[in-house]
Amino acid sequence: MISNEKLRSIVARARVLAGNITDPEIPVITLEDLGILRDVQAVPFGEKTNQGQQGFIIEITITPTYSGCPAMDQIRDDILHEMDAEHIPARVKTSLAPAWTTDWMSEAGRLKLREYGIAPPQHLSHEHSNSRVIQFATKSIAARAINTPANDPFSSQTASQNIICPHCGSDNTTETSHFASTACKALYKCLDCLEPFDYFKPY
Amino acid sequence: MIADYLLHLADNALVLGQRNAEWCGHGPVLEEDIAMANIGLDCIGQARMLYQYAAQLIGGEATEDSLAYFRSAPDFRNYTMLELPQQTAFAPSANVPRDYSITITRNFLFSTLMSLVWPALQHSKDAQVAAIAAKSSKEVRYHLRHSTDWMLRLGDGTALSHQKMQSALDYLMPYTQEFFTTAAFEADAVQNNVGVDVAALQDEWQSRVATVVTEATLQMSASTGHLTRGKEGLHSEHLSYLLAEMQSLAREHPGAVW
Repeated sequence: MISNEKLRSIVARARVLAGNITDPEIPVITLEDLGILRDVQAVPFGEKTNQGQQGFIIEITITPTYSGCPAMDQIRDDILHEMDAEHIPARVKTSLAPAWTTDWMSEAGRLKLREYGIAPPQHLSHEHSNSRVIQFATKSIAARAINTPANDPFSSQTASQNIICPHCGSDNTTETSHFASTACKALYKCLDCLEPFDYFKPY
Repeated sequence: MIADYLLHLADNALVLGQRNAEWCGHGPVLEEDIAMANIGLDCIGQARMLYQYAAQLIGGEATEDSLAYFRSAPDFRNYTMLELPQQTAFAPSANVPRDYSITITRNFLFSTLMSLVWPALQHSKDAQVAAIAAKSSKEVRYHLRHSTDWMLRLGDGTALSHQKMQSALDYLMPYTQEFFTTAAFEADAVQNNVGVDVAALQDEWQSRVATVVTEATLQMSASTGHLTRGKEGLHSEHLSYLLAEMQSLAREHPGAVW
């Protein structure tokens, strides 16, 4: 039988290991940074005898980002692989609620994203915009100021203002496309340094 | 019966996801190619969550894969509009190139609906349905934004793009009648406080659509004529072809994994 103290240290170790695993698509940002690691705990496993609970398994709860994100399966495999390497019996549980939001991304994570060349997501409550994708805008749209919160599904906002270019730091940027290399990013262009960059969309 | 309701939501997402994914590698410009693949991926992701939950409720040997790949056309509960090919109405053959006006207009009409349905479903009595709806609500707003931009850009564009968008709207609007005609499994889901009463959302939907259509300098088309019943399993001839393509690998090699 395993002591409570020992169990606590295994859980703590598993949490650090899982939290340090990096995202398969954006290898500079960890599961902890992303906010998708929701819980790590020891759950009883196997038979309970007069000697007490004989076995435990470490249950690691993650929450998916986008519904269709193909990285989720890879992340699950990476976690199990990491636990295997450390001989920690583990399983991964997926929990949909509460729904993941980019607001859970840590400040450290945002900084790493910017250094990697991806503009970090604005906080949902702060995401406002007055413009549409310039290339596609009709005259009537360009002339019209729209200012609605991003979490309103009918908000017409697309290109957010003040997305800072991760290359040169200018806020003179424009959205090229709502969708970029992955579903979670939009494609932007800096109008000062003219470099294209990805913007992690608020979700 | 809740499983039927889940299958309806899942089939809508899967069939539209499959249609949007047809643009992968064939988009009119690179950005749109990527956008369609991304939107399709979101839809398929939503379908997976719904199928997984439906499989759990159905029990037995049901899995997300058995529900997606081993049911036939009459078992599918999607709206007929979502299975239509990307070609314009009365295209003489399947060799006619896909038309983006159909893709955009369909995504716009359906995303406008789901931008009302998903947030409402977040209040479902069923916690898992509410959780799936919470995620889907976040995704559909990007889908709606994308299609709305193109409705405006193409509607208020050149004479040719305007005419194509008007034709697409005239073609697709009659299919939207199906959204607001309550099927038995929907009435059940509403009764159990699991589903939402879509018919009650019609006025809101109509006004949201009309606002964009007007701004796009298009004429609102009538949603009258033949009432399709895809969600009750009575599909157009197009669904079987779509399923044949989508399901062939899983049926040829059952249990195949990557």
